Amino acid sequence: MDAIRNMDKTTRSNLITYGMVIVAFAVMQGLSSIGAIGSSTKGLLIPICAYISLGISLNLVVGISGELSLGHAGFMSVGAFTGVVVSSLLSGVVANGALRFLLASLAAGGAAALAGVLVGVPVMRLQGDYLAIVTLAFGEIIKNLLNNLWLGWDSEGLHVSMRNANDLSLEAGGKILINGPQGATGIERLSTFTFGFLLIIFTLIVVLNLVNSRSGRAIMAVRDNRIAAESVGISTTKYRLMAFVVSAALAGMAGALYAMNYSSIVPKKFDFNTSINILVFVVLGGMGNIRGGIISATLLTVLPEKLRFLGDLRMLIYAVVLIMVMLVSNNRALQATLQSVVERVRRRRDDDDLVLDAEKGGDA
Amino acid sequence: MGLLTNVINGVSLGSVYAIIALGYTMVYGIAKMLNFAHGDIIMVGGYLCFCAVQYLGLPPLVGVVLACAGCTCLGIVIERLAYKPLREAPSLAVLITAIGVSYFLQNSALLIWKSDPKVFPSVVKLPTLSFFGGQLNVSPLSIVTVLTCIAVMVGLTLFTQRTKMGKAMRACSEDKGAAQLMGIDVNATISMVFAIGSGLAAIAGVLLCSAYPTLMPTTGSLPGIKAFTAAVFGGIGSIPGAMLGGILLGIIEIFAKAYIGTELADAIVFGVLIVVLLVRPAGLLGTFVPEKV
Repeated sequence: MDAIRNMDKTTRSNLITYGMVIVAFAVMQGLSSIGAIGSSTKGLLIPICAYISLGISLNLVVGISGELSLGHAGFMSVGAFTGVVVSSLLSGVVANGALRFLLASLAAGGAAALAGVLVGVPVMRLQGDYLAIVTLAFGEIIKNLLNNLWLGWDSEGLHVSMRNANDLSLEAGGKILINGPQGATGIERLSTFTFGFLLIIFTLIVVLNLVNSRSGRAIMAVRDNRIAAESVGISTTKYRLMAFVVSAALAGMAGALYAMNYSSIVPKKFDFNTSINILVFVVLGGMGNIRGGIISATLLTVLPEKLRFLGDLRMLIYAVVLIMVMLVSNNRALQATLQSVVERVRRRRDDDDLVLDAEKGGDA
Repeated sequence: MGLLTNVINGVSLGSVYAIIALGYTMVYGIAKMLNFAHGDIIMVGGYLCFCAVQYLGLPPLVGVVLACAGCTCLGIVIERLAYKPLREAPSLAVLITAIGVSYFLQNSALLIWKSDPKVFPSVVKLPTLSFFGGQLNVSPLSIVTVLTCIAVMVGLTLFTQRTKMGKAMRACSEDKGAAQLMGIDVNATISMVFAIGSGLAAIAGVLLCSAYPTLMPTTGSLPGIKAFTAAVFGGIGSIPGAMLGGILLGIIEIFAKAYIGTELADAIVFGVLIVVLLVRPAGLLGTFVPEKV
């Protein structure tokens, strides 16, 4: 008990975060083993895991490193398609599904990290809103290129084309891995809820340890005051790039988890709106607050699905709620008004209690 | 002649981007916010004009004026309700609010006008002009678009340079605090900028829908993002920059479509943007402000 009390604040907070994820996983796993959750909820479990990982990884860039990135879905799609291609290439070589999933995820993370370096190295010269627009542009470029990519496999090896499926000139029995705008089809669904849970834990370990390390402190120093950080000898480019690439790699792995949960996946899925959704998780959860991000990612993935019965009204309500939350959490006057309303209600309740007490006293 | 046709088409498309980009750049210049809802104002403008012409049977020009007036009011209302309370908030909160407004407009349009695409009646009903014995055909819409763009540009330049309100706008974008001390009503000025930007967006919406006559609740998204790119391309916050960026972007897009492939055009447009920003980190006409310690 003393150990917990004497623990420093960050360690305790991190343990709470891990504990929360583990408990949530255990509860969901228990409920699903006794058949207490429906198939629609079950279908949400893996996407939720993927979105939580994406939220945590984007938090590293937006919250911890302080750069606005509007192209997170781009890294997700690089990972998704790499993962799918690697897993189907390995299908004849590695028989074990779990091992194949692991290898595919690692490849996805690697490819997304590479994309992160390719985008990050030139882009780290820019700042603020300019960086945001370049990440947006990058996300659109990736989507556009994947829409025009055909990839096939036969006994001669890989065939790549930017024109159409016939251009691949596959021999008979060859397999089309990526089919332009139709994306990847016939994906083996290797993702499981346990893998999703493990990915979240892995993401948490990477991000939380990075944040609480020397490098993490350097990243936050660069965020808080770039010039001051530079003047004490911190290489701003190095640390901003570090956060960017780690975040990209984690997003790639989450993308692989997401893609291998479906039998087919199209490049259009990873568009600007997806990037924005992930950003909303981060902002609503609180910038730099990992636990808040996990909760908001879960809620914002579950709620829209549960509100499907509202039809077209659903997204309208989502939009209004989004605006209201932003207004209430950022406007002092509104906060003060809310506070006074809450206080008035509380005071009235206290008054009522007093009256009740007095009445009781009178009765006695 | 193919080259000339492409140039004309490019300048015409670019003019539409330029008009939209003006709204982005003015709002950014004064409120330092990325107004992602701007693209959806275009869509609302398109629908308003469509309704006026199709259902009320009004002449197209009246439709344009109505759309313009409607969007101007909409812009002011949005600014008042959603952005004004967040004047002191971190920029990311304002960005998310703008995205919320964008979702709100798209889904309201979905509820009102449903998701099936409407066929937009062209507002310009003139015969196609032929030059060089039919070798070069220029649609009158292109000419109207380019002329509108020039008129808007000249009008805005005169407005910002000559009028009192324009001076106030420039002062606010330079230093809001100092402007307030000089007796400028900063809030009214910002409202004015939103009004002008949204009115321009309505005009752009009508021109865009006349050129590409399908109107859907998501019509505004991609042109919005492209115009935003154009604003950054030219140097965000700079009015001539938005103009130049818009027209260059239109030309690049049409050329990429004509000579490389329709599918890859967007990738090329965004690729050019990245290259330009790497060479000139503040855009073509933007001024780079070094940080002072």
